[in-house]
Amino acid sequence: MSTKSESWGSRVGLILAMAGNAVGLGNFLRFPVQAVQNGGGAFIIPYLVCFLVMGIPLLFIEWSSGRFGGRSGNHSTPYILDSMAKGRLWKYIGVFGIFTNIAVAAYYCYIESWTMSYVYHSIVGTFNNMSQADVAGFFESYTNISESTTGIPFEAVIFYIICLLLNTFILSKGLGGIEKVAKIGMPLLIMFGVILAVRGLTLGTSGASDIFPDANAWDGLNFLWTPQFDSLTSPKVWLAAAGQIFFTLSVGMGTIHCYAAYLKSKDDIALNAVSAGFMNEFVEVVLGSLIVIPIAAGYLGLDWVIQNAGFGMAFQTMPYLFQQWGSSLAIIAGVCWFGLLFFAGITSSLAMGTPWMGFMKDEFNWSKNKGAWSFGALVLIMGLPTVIFYKEGLFDQYDYWAGTVSLVVFAFLETVLFSYIFGIKRGWAEINQGADIKIPGFYKYIILIVTPLLLGWVLLSSIPDWVDKVKDNDTNNKEWFASKFYAENFDGAGKNSGTVEEVSANSVKFSFEDTKKVFDKETETVKTIGFTNYKEYKFKANKNQVVVVQKGDVVKPSDIIATGDFTNDTLYKFMGRMLLLSLFAFISIIVYFAYKKRVREGRATL
Amino acid sequence: MNTSALITMLVAQGIVVSFASYFFYKVLTIPPKQEPDSFNENDDELVRQQKD
Repeated sequence: MSTKSESWGSRVGLILAMAGNAVGLGNFLRFPVQAVQNGGGAFIIPYLVCFLVMGIPLLFIEWSSGRFGGRSGNHSTPYILDSMAKGRLWKYIGVFGIFTNIAVAAYYCYIESWTMSYVYHSIVGTFNNMSQADVAGFFESYTNISESTTGIPFEAVIFYIICLLLNTFILSKGLGGIEKVAKIGMPLLIMFGVILAVRGLTLGTSGASDIFPDANAWDGLNFLWTPQFDSLTSPKVWLAAAGQIFFTLSVGMGTIHCYAAYLKSKDDIALNAVSAGFMNEFVEVVLGSLIVIPIAAGYLGLDWVIQNAGFGMAFQTMPYLFQQWGSSLAIIAGVCWFGLLFFAGITSSLAMGTPWMGFMKDEFNWSKNKGAWSFGALVLIMGLPTVIFYKEGLFDQYDYWAGTVSLVVFAFLETVLFSYIFGIKRGWAEINQGADIKIPGFYKYIILIVTPLLLGWVLLSSIPDWVDKVKDNDTNNKEWFASKFYAENFDGAGKNSGTVEEVSANSVKFSFEDTKKVFDKETETVKTIGFTNYKEYKFKANKNQVVVVQKGDVVKPSDIIATGDFTNDTLYKFMGRMLLLSLFAFISIIVYFAYKKRVREGRATL
Repeated sequence: MNTSALITMLVAQGIVVSFASYFFYKVLTIPPKQEPDSFNENDDELVRQQKD
């Protein structure tokens, strides 16, 4: 059994580190988009309900499981789960708690490196006098690793490695380093967030321009907060709310277990858990809702926001919007915004290193340095393909399988373990041991019944989507290597055909009928209207790729539009899935060796 | 902002701010347990040493 050589410095430091782990890029980028897409103000009702019946219970389960495992010297999920139940299987289910962190860190550090790079570009004035299209184009260039926006070759890779080195260096200082970053980063994040939120609240119609004369920040807030109660009966909205609670609280990852494993039995976890959880909610519901949507609506109009709401808004529009405040204020706003995102990102990515380090320390007595640098190396190996093949969709595979599916699977299994195998009686006693607050008794039944049912529903509902992803049903070009290229779906449903508007040997532009959502100010409802949309394909002459359609041709999805040598994205997506599977297998093997070592030392449990 | 949006926003944010402030206030004001506790920054505070 390993000895506990590490501990947290202070309770406030622990809570800030835990809140920092939860507060991430999703608080500012994902929450407002989810709200916009799922009923505006009414989204907050299923969201808060899911927070109370799924988020808080999962926080209790993970904090108490972590502290329980830590008592017998286990600081990561394989042996924390193993200590809670008989049988050899649970330690392999606990592999999720290391796997998810390494896989998510691999692509998360890439987004984090964008924020670092955008702070730099905001300071040096790269975005000065750029149009909105230029700013959006800059992002496209940045993520294309063959292009450079600074003159530094492979700029995106360089920033990624710098970001990873910084994470690794801080991790090598152990819990003390993480706590220090949280104590500096969280207050700064909140301060930057408040500055921008005040601007979002006071912008009003002052951002309207000749191009967007109807732009109005109040429209953004109205749309975000006007309740559309009919959405409450939609299972899709409830599923989206449950999903958001997962992402925002960082539950189902194994990091909370790891942080809590350094607590002693007599110390509180109940108040700590709700305190960190509500701090995350403050950042999300209060700050997250008052920045991107109102500021973007204030300059670009609400319709633009509804049609373009997405993760990329932070990078593709915000620098342009800040330019409208004048060059000096643009620097301050850019540093505030991307600095805020950077601190949100780094406090989360640091947490992702701790389960691996804790495991290697417990089982193989690795030092903090060795643990941190080996984590950095693993993340680099897993992460470089996401940087290099970002545009080919490998990044999205990591995000989906590691950042979405794994969380739900692990959270469901750990809840079943806690409630039915470890036993709710022991579990409830564990949660309440040393508690500084009295937890309402009905939470015992929520943990026993409601949380597993809700998680089971989320899990089952997502299975058809897994099948679609594995079958690559999002594309009509399924072969890895092909001599023909088929038209992709034009509209979301894949029903409409496209008409060739412009054509050259290596490019073709289609027009097609599409629909978009607009906000009707009079009725304060979202309407769907039809419009003519365009889609363009560009092919490579050096791969003998030639367009085979003519101007005026009507093309259906899956019709051949070009011939030549094609390497389709499905190859890279498959590579992504295989890399993730390999990582899971690799960690499982290490857990197996750790088990064998424990057997030799007479420490293995039944 | 329209009235229903304003009310929804203020109620939702009010609930979150109230709970977050209340719990964090409790964290700051509840005295820590006697040593040995989980935190090392207060290890040397004499008033908190374990009583024999």
